[in-house]
Amino acid sequence: MSGHSEVWAYSEHKDLMFELVGKGRELASKLETNLTAIMLGHNVKDHAKELVGYGAHKVIVVDDPQLNEFHIETYLNALTQLSKQHQPELFLIGSTRRGKELAARLAARLGAGCVADCLELEVDEQGKLLARRIVYGGNAIVTQVFRTKPQIVTVPRGKFEKPNYTEEHKGEVVNITDIQIETPKTGVVEVNPVPMAETRIEEAEVVVGGGRGLEKKEDSKILEELAETLGGQVGYTRPLAEDRKWFTEWVGLSGHTIKPKLYIACGISGVIQHVAGIRDSKTIVAINKDPEAPIFEMADYIVIGDLYEIVPALSAALKKSLGVGKD
Amino acid sequence: MVRILVCVKQAIDVSQLKVDSATRRLILADAAKKISDFDKNAVEEAVRIIEKLGGEVFTVTVCPDDAKTTLREALAMGADKAYIISDPIFENSDTLATSYILAEAVKKIGTFDIIFCGEASIDSFSAQIGPRLAERLDIPVITYARKVSLEGDTVTIERSLEDCSETAKAKMPLLIAVTNEINEPRTPSYMAIMNAFKKEVVIWKATDLNITSEKVGETGSAVQVLDVLAPKVERQKIVIKGETATEIAEKLAKALIQEGVITR
Repeated sequence: MSGHSEVWAYSEHKDLMFELVGKGRELASKLETNLTAIMLGHNVKDHAKELVGYGAHKVIVVDDPQLNEFHIETYLNALTQLSKQHQPELFLIGSTRRGKELAARLAARLGAGCVADCLELEVDEQGKLLARRIVYGGNAIVTQVFRTKPQIVTVPRGKFEKPNYTEEHKGEVVNITDIQIETPKTGVVEVNPVPMAETRIEEAEVVVGGGRGLEKKEDSKILEELAETLGGQVGYTRPLAEDRKWFTEWVGLSGHTIKPKLYIACGISGVIQHVAGIRDSKTIVAINKDPEAPIFEMADYIVIGDLYEIVPALSAALKKSLGVGKD
Repeated sequence: MVRILVCVKQAIDVSQLKVDSATRRLILADAAKKISDFDKNAVEEAVRIIEKLGGEVFTVTVCPDDAKTTLREALAMGADKAYIISDPIFENSDTLATSYILAEAVKKIGTFDIIFCGEASIDSFSAQIGPRLAERLDIPVITYARKVSLEGDTVTIERSLEDCSETAKAKMPLLIAVTNEINEPRTPSYMAIMNAFKKEVVIWKATDLNITSEKVGETGSAVQVLDVLAPKVERQKIVIKGETATEIAEKLAKALIQEGVITR
């Protein structure tokens, strides 16, 4: 062991937590230390064992009736006490809105630094953690290093692979009982779930994107037809959602960040904020009437043409080649 | 009567930022600056509360250089007084150091019922200053607020989270970080802009707050910037041409299938 203390991972979001365990284990091995997953809640023993299967060397469990529901103050309280007791080297926290607040406040309580929304985490030859994130509205990527410990970073959903579950992983589950949870200062009085899309656009292998080139909301059906042909999903740009109020969600820096195998941008000019949300797509096709559209700088395949002609023709061509619709 | 403080950031106007494509460096020297978008929502919300219930809105910013023009805009929107905490030693401060400067400033400015912040700044977007400031001042914080209503000393806040909206209650004093869903910030009238020039702008340096260099700037920061580069673009940029839409579409379909990115 090189004297590094542990790498920790925590998210209140179950799937994101698995991704953190995967990435955290990789970083821990480079730092020659262990990955410890933090589990907060009530009656959560089975979940703790599951985290071992995903790769946690150790799971620290705080099982307390006061932690039954996520409440930022009780959870923050528990994480602060755990961090002070055990002094992790690096703490990965899931970058949900709840997680971002949690990480910032934990960092404040520990007098620590925090790098939010990391898209890359790397350990250099000197064993130093390099954290990369998008800044300036998608115009740049900043590389940051920590001067103090613990190093707190938040990681968004879908940036790192979910590891495979295997019974072969061995790890210990440690119950911590000497933690006093304070009564919260703020109260949550009501929670109203937002109706969610059935499938998440982040998980789609093909995404057809629609931008301001779409003249009417109804015209989105030509994009839907293309997406359906390819077994993919449709996503839109922020102006269609926010200015025209056609949709409630959008793809871009402030919305969904996606990295499908194929992204087909239809009638999208390609402002930097949108590009930041699709940059990691494997292959990008751009269809736009304007030969000067900045999206073409980002594209593998460029079609200068009207989406109203090209997109239906592309759906037809693909159906023909793929044999979709034939029995 | 409600006393409100709004924290604003003079941010880089990211929509006008230029990149040197040869070096991938950003041209930051003369980059245009403005009040960060979400902070305008924060100013607007504060001014609306005061218009309804009476009271005062102060605004504060921390920056290494001059921010008078930026804060003038907040004053034109209806804030009563502005504080600029400015010193060259603040250069390269991270969120730990910046929240320290801001907390020291707030303690000197006075006590407030509500402190408003934007959910994040448009240039660095780390969403940490609000929560960190609340922790330093030891007051409750509610983030991602999209609706705020006051009744006596209780504030009811609707928050937007990814999978739900949540209604929270807290007692004043508290800090609220707002999203851009909360309101449409006003465009100040000519009269309001002229009036803003009559309003008081207080400028403090680090020494006015007894802040020494070891707690701010690079030495006072836990996180250091190694490098800022525009992302690399390595795309094939193959132009698909043809006489008809069908011809183009067939060529494109063939290329995509050959590349193996079509999975069904």
